[in-house]
Amino acid sequence: MSESFTKGMARNIYYGGSVFFLLMLLALTFHTTKEMPKRDHRENITESVERGKMLWEVNNCVGCHSLIGEGAYFAPELGNVYVRRGGEAGFKAFFKGWMNAQPLNIPGRRQMPNFHLNDQEIDDLAEFLKFTAEMDVNGWPPNDEG
Amino acid sequence: MNTLKYQSQAVAKPYFIFAMILFVGQILFGLIMGLQYVVGDFLAGAIPFNVARMVHTNLLIVWLLFGFMGAAYYLVPEEAETELYSPKLAIILFWVFAAAGVLTILGYLLVPYSTLADLTFNELLPTMGREFLEQPTITKIGIVIVALGFLFNLGMTILKGRKTAINMVLLTGLIGLAVFFLFAFYNPANIALDKYFWWFVVHLWVEGVWELIMGAILAYVLIKVTGVDREVIEKWLYVIIAMALITGLLGTGHHFYWLATPEYWQWIGSIFSALEPLPFFAMVLYAFNMVNRRRREHPNKAATLWALGTAVMAFLGAGVWGFLHTLAPVNYYTHGSQITAAHGHMAFYGAYAMIVMTIISYAMPKLRGIGEANCNRAQVVEMWGFWLMTVAMVFITLFLTGAGVLQVWLQRLPENGEALSFMATQDKLTIFYWLREIAGVVFLLGLFAYLASFWVKEKQA
Ligand code: HEC
Ligand code: HEM
Ligand code: HEM
Ligand SMILES: [Fe+2]
Repeated sequence: MSESFTKGMARNIYYGGSVFFLLMLLALTFHTTKEMPKRDHRENITESVERGKMLWEVNNCVGCHSLIGEGAYFAPELGNVYVRRGGEAGFKAFFKGWMNAQPLNIPGRRQMPNFHLNDQEIDDLAEFLKFTAEMDVNGWPPNDEG
Repeated sequence: MNTLKYQSQAVAKPYFIFAMILFVGQILFGLIMGLQYVVGDFLAGAIPFNVARMVHTNLLIVWLLFGFMGAAYYLVPEEAETELYSPKLAIILFWVFAAAGVLTILGYLLVPYSTLADLTFNELLPTMGREFLEQPTITKIGIVIVALGFLFNLGMTILKGRKTAINMVLLTGLIGLAVFFLFAFYNPANIALDKYFWWFVVHLWVEGVWELIMGAILAYVLIKVTGVDREVIEKWLYVIIAMALITGLLGTGHHFYWLATPEYWQWIGSIFSALEPLPFFAMVLYAFNMVNRRRREHPNKAATLWALGTAVMAFLGAGVWGFLHTLAPVNYYTHGSQITAAHGHMAFYGAYAMIVMTIISYAMPKLRGIGEANCNRAQVVEMWGFWLMTVAMVFITLFLTGAGVLQVWLQRLPENGEALSFMATQDKLTIFYWLREIAGVVFLLGLFAYLASFWVKEKQA
């Protein structure tokens, strides 16, 4: 690096640049959080959805699955499983059957444990997955397979 | 023989040793998961995949934190030209953090996760069950307390001593690490908001403040092994971290493409994150430049190799593999695929695992009273470790990338009805996963070689 470009100049770019862009991030975050209600449909967060999210967390579903593309890549994407598995008409029945059938114990196949959830809890999880599927996330995933 | 400039630097040693022990654990659990990828029911009852994954990733993060702390305790006194404010506090915090870490990992392994949540009163302040942030809330609080004590200790040391650029940048990075971790306590019922601020921990760590830590450690080691003028090295350091933050802060946008967020993030995220490779590229230029302009022949060749290797591998893993999937139109297809896993592995290894091994390689001979460097034989074994691990990681990355490309091709690109399901796609990727597992075993052998080098002595004549 040339001699006329001094350490002091570099330091000032560092301070100025990082403060400026940190403020930009904060400003955009402020704007984004104002816009998000239109897209995440938070008016649909019922107590059931809330409990469902908690169940999702305390059973660490995200340790095998991804949810809207984040999490683990070992098991199917669940952000849109509501759409993939029957939607309004069929999802809840599918989901209840699925949760109760675990583990499938198919030799050699990846396993999902049984979490010993009661019907209410399974319904809460289903409501949470429905809520997630109905958020407007700019058209991801590309198809129903997730 | 005493080879430390400041006696209190010695507190770094348990931090480094413990980091390496956890590293071994991390890799063992990685291999368990790697096998479960292809033999789905392997240990499925005893160690379900999600448990192995928590152990793998949390051990990674915790050993890196131990490494960063060890690095700070080692280099801050020397840079500040004064003893550490309180070596005793550093040792107490070591045991607190080690105990909290071990208990947390045992909790993951011994009881079902939901039981662990109950036992630790997660419902009072629910923070568990999110990727990388799986620790019980009390562990998280423990981490904050350890971090505060640690920062206090360093801050007081720097206050009474010389304030070099390296020390200030390192301290800023570490403070940033602690501050952004606080977002781990924010867990709203709205999953979209939860995810948005989750990235304030994850992204702003690895593509923000951790780069400051990495830059500072690299600068310190380069000064030591090359003898190049501090002014020059510190100027580069500022340029690199300036680029890192200028690109990385708004680069966070590459995680807001598909998240109930406005579309403008697809532009902002793409543009700024596309520039994120620049600081990593600058690190390569600078590391090689400084080594070429060296004013002394430092006997620790292994440390120099680690320093250069870190710069190159961080550029490949973060810069090249990050760029690969960072533009919104590409990310639309690759998001959450094996491509993400490929990038995550090489970036974490290249940037952060390697920078910790760089400082360990440089500092350990001094901490152990051996001198400037280990004997030649030990260095040769250490370099075997370096090459085996690094080449194995290149192959892990390539195999996962292969799996990811095929996954996108089969599962993401075709229309509804034609696309293969997730599980059917995974069946087609088996060969890549087997190869990844083999490369993983080579990685473990490399790690053993690396650790063995600590016991190698010169042949008695
Ligand atoms: C140990 C890993 C693991 C954990 C933890 C896990 N799953 Fe699964 N899950 C799987 C696997 C593997 C499959 C695919 C099984 C198959 O196709 O045979 C699956 C499939 C599913 C499916 C069907 C997806 C589809 O597209 O048909 C649903 C729904 C599901 N899981 C929900 C959950 C929920 C809810 C949780 C948390 C309570 C959870 N899973 C936790 C491994 C896991
Ligand atoms: C050497 C053998 C290793 C194997 C077999 C292995 C295997 C795995 C597997 C199977 C996963 C889970 C992927 C998923 O969610 O489906 C994972 C995650 C992860 N591993 Fe490893 N790993 C190894 C080494 C390492 C090393 C050396 C590092 C870093 C230094 C590392 C860092 C990570 C990270 C950061 C994740 C989370 C990735 C993400 O969320 O995208 N692993 N690993
Ligand atoms: C050393 C620095 C870096 C590390 C340790 C790192 C690590 C990771 C990890 C672990 C993930 C997966 C997160 C998850 O589980 O969802 C990830 C995601 C991602 N990273 Fe990095 N990264 C680094 C730098 C970069 C850079 C410089 C870029 C861009 C040029 C980048 C682009 C991305 C993108 C686009 C994703 C999202 C992938 C997806 O959509 O699934 N990363 N990174
Ligand atoms: Fe990122």
